[in-house]
Amino acid sequence: MTERKKSKIKQSRGAFYHAFKGLLRNRSALVGLMMVSVLAVVGILAPVLAPHDPLQRAMRERLTPPSSNHWLGQDELGRDILSRVIHGARISLTIGIVSVGVGMAIGMPWGLLSGFYGGKLDLITQRAIDILLAFPPIILVILVVTMIGPGLWNAMMVIGISTVPAYTRVVRGSTLSLRDMEYVQAARALGASDFRILLRHVLPNVLGPVVVLATLYTASAILTAAGLGFLGLGAQAPTPEWGAMLSRGREYLRVAPHVSAFPGLAIFLSVLGFNLLGDGLRDAIDPRLRGVS
Amino acid sequence: MISYIVRRLLLAIPVLFGVVTLVFLSLRLMPGDPALIMAGEAAPQEVVERIRQQLGLDRPIIVQYGIYMARLFQGDLGESVRTRRTVSREIGVRFPATLELASASMVIAIVFGLFAGLVSATRQYSLVDYGTMVGALLGISIPVFWFGLMAMWVFSVQLGWFPVGGRGTLRHLVLPAITLGAMSTGMIARMTRSSMLEVMRQDYVRTARAKGLKESVVNVRHAMRNALIPVITVAGLQFGMLLGGSVLTETVFTWPGVGRLMIDSINNRDYPVVQGAVLLIALVFTAVNLLVDITYSVVDPRIRYD
Repeated sequence: MTERKKSKIKQSRGAFYHAFKGLLRNRSALVGLMMVSVLAVVGILAPVLAPHDPLQRAMRERLTPPSSNHWLGQDELGRDILSRVIHGARISLTIGIVSVGVGMAIGMPWGLLSGFYGGKLDLITQRAIDILLAFPPIILVILVVTMIGPGLWNAMMVIGISTVPAYTRVVRGSTLSLRDMEYVQAARALGASDFRILLRHVLPNVLGPVVVLATLYTASAILTAAGLGFLGLGAQAPTPEWGAMLSRGREYLRVAPHVSAFPGLAIFLSVLGFNLLGDGLRDAIDPRLRGVS
Repeated sequence: MISYIVRRLLLAIPVLFGVVTLVFLSLRLMPGDPALIMAGEAAPQEVVERIRQQLGLDRPIIVQYGIYMARLFQGDLGESVRTRRTVSREIGVRFPATLELASASMVIAIVFGLFAGLVSATRQYSLVDYGTMVGALLGISIPVFWFGLMAMWVFSVQLGWFPVGGRGTLRHLVLPAITLGAMSTGMIARMTRSSMLEVMRQDYVRTARAKGLKESVVNVRHAMRNALIPVITVAGLQFGMLLGGSVLTETVFTWPGVGRLMIDSINNRDYPVVQGAVLLIALVFTAVNLLVDITYSVVDPRIRYD
C-alpha cells in the first residue's frame, strides 16, 4: 500500500472516529443508542425471546390483565401481548430499514445529480420535489396507500418515497457547495470522470448529514407506519404490528386498557430511542442540521 | 418587497398545478378498474357502469383531465359515490371542525412551546432546562394516537372530566387539542431554545447587557425579538402539519373533521371524497407555507436578497 493510500484511510477513519467519540460523550445519545440496540436485539431474537406463539389464540383468556404467565396480559383473542410486542419489534425494525433504504436509494442519487449538474435537470427535479412537499407527509402516504392498497410492504415503500424530498434537498445542498471546491476541480483537471468525482469525492462528504437524517427518519417511519396500522391502512391482521395492535385494543379501552397501552409504549420508546440517537449524531457530525427534523 | 411576494405567488402556481394533477392521477393510476373497486366486487354491472360514466372513466384520460380541471375551476369536486351529495358540500361541512381543532392545538403549541423554550434558554444547563428539553423530546416522540387513547382512558374513562369523543363544547375540544398539539409544542420549544441561545451570544446582546439593562429587558426586548424569526417559520409549518396530522387525532376522538371524513371515505371506497379532502388539505398546506414565506420576508428583510 502506498503512503498516500495509507494516510487517506487514516484520515477517513479519523472523521468517523471523532464523530463516534462525540457521540459517546453525549449522554442522551448513549441512552438512545442503548434503546435502539435493545430494539435491534429483541427484533432479531424475537422467536427465541417470545415466551408464547404470537398468533396462538386462547378465547377463554381473552382480555386478561397482566399476570405471572402473561407479563403484559392477553388481547381480545387471548393472544400473549408480550410475545406480540416482541415480534412487533422485528416488524418495526424492518419498517425503519426498508423505508429509510428506499428514501436514500432514490433521494441520494437524485440530490447528487441535481446538485452536480444543475441547469434544467435541477430546475425540473426541484419543482417535482416542491410538488411532493406540498402535501403533509401523512396525507401523501395515505393517498398513495389507498390507491395501491393497504399492507405492510406497500406502506413501507410509500413512507420511504415520502422521505425522498428531504434526502434530495440535503444531498443537493451539500453537492452544490462541494462541486466548486478546489479538490473537486483538481480531480477534474486530473481527468477524473464525473462518475468517479461523484462517487469518490462528493459522496463521502455528504454522507454525514445523510446518516443523521436517516436516523431521525427511522423514528418518523416507525411512527407513520404505526399510524397507518392504526388507521387500518398498514399491516393487516393477524400481523403483530404495534399500530394495528393498538387500534384493535381501542374498542376495549374501558375494560382492558393494557391491550392498547403496551404496543403504544413500545412505539413510543423506539421512536424516542431513534430521536435521541439522531440528535446526538447530529451534534457530533453536523450541528448545522439542527432544525431539519 | 412587492416583487418578492409576486415572485413567490408565481412560483406557487406550477406547484398547485402539479398538486391537482397528482391528485387527479391518483385515481386513474389505481391498479384495476376504479369503478369496480368503488362499487365493490359484488355490485351489479349497471351500478359499475353508472359509476364509470359518472367519473368519466369511459373517456380518454386527457379528456378526463380537461373536464376535471374545468370543473375544479368552478369549485366542483364531483359527487360522493355514497351519499350523492357534492364533495365540496361534504368537505365544507367538516372543514370548520378541523380548522377549530388545528387552531386550538396551535394556540397551545405556541403558548407552551414559546414559554418552555424561553425559560430553557435563559437557564441553560439548569435542571429546568434539562427537564423542559426532555419534555419537548417526549412530545416529539409520542405517538399521537397512543397519547390520545391514554389521555382518554385517564381523563375521560377514569376521572370523567372530559367527554370520550365528539364535538360541541369546549370540554370536547380540550383532550384532542392537547393531543394534537403535543408534537408541535415540542418542536416550537426546541426551536425557540436554540434560536434564543444563538441570539444571546450576539454582540448587540452583550452590549445591551453591558449598558446595565435589566436581564429581563435584554432577554425580551433585545434577544427575543430576533430569536422569534425562525420560530415563525416552524410555527407556520406546524400549522400546516396540524391540518394534515389531525387525521389520527380525529380518528381517536371521533372528531367530525376532514381527516375523519377522509378515513371513513377510504373505508367506504368513496374515492371522489378522498381526493377532494386530500386536495383541500394540500392546497391549504401550500397556502400556509406561502404565507409563512411572505411573513418571514416581512420580519427579516435579509431573506429577500437570497
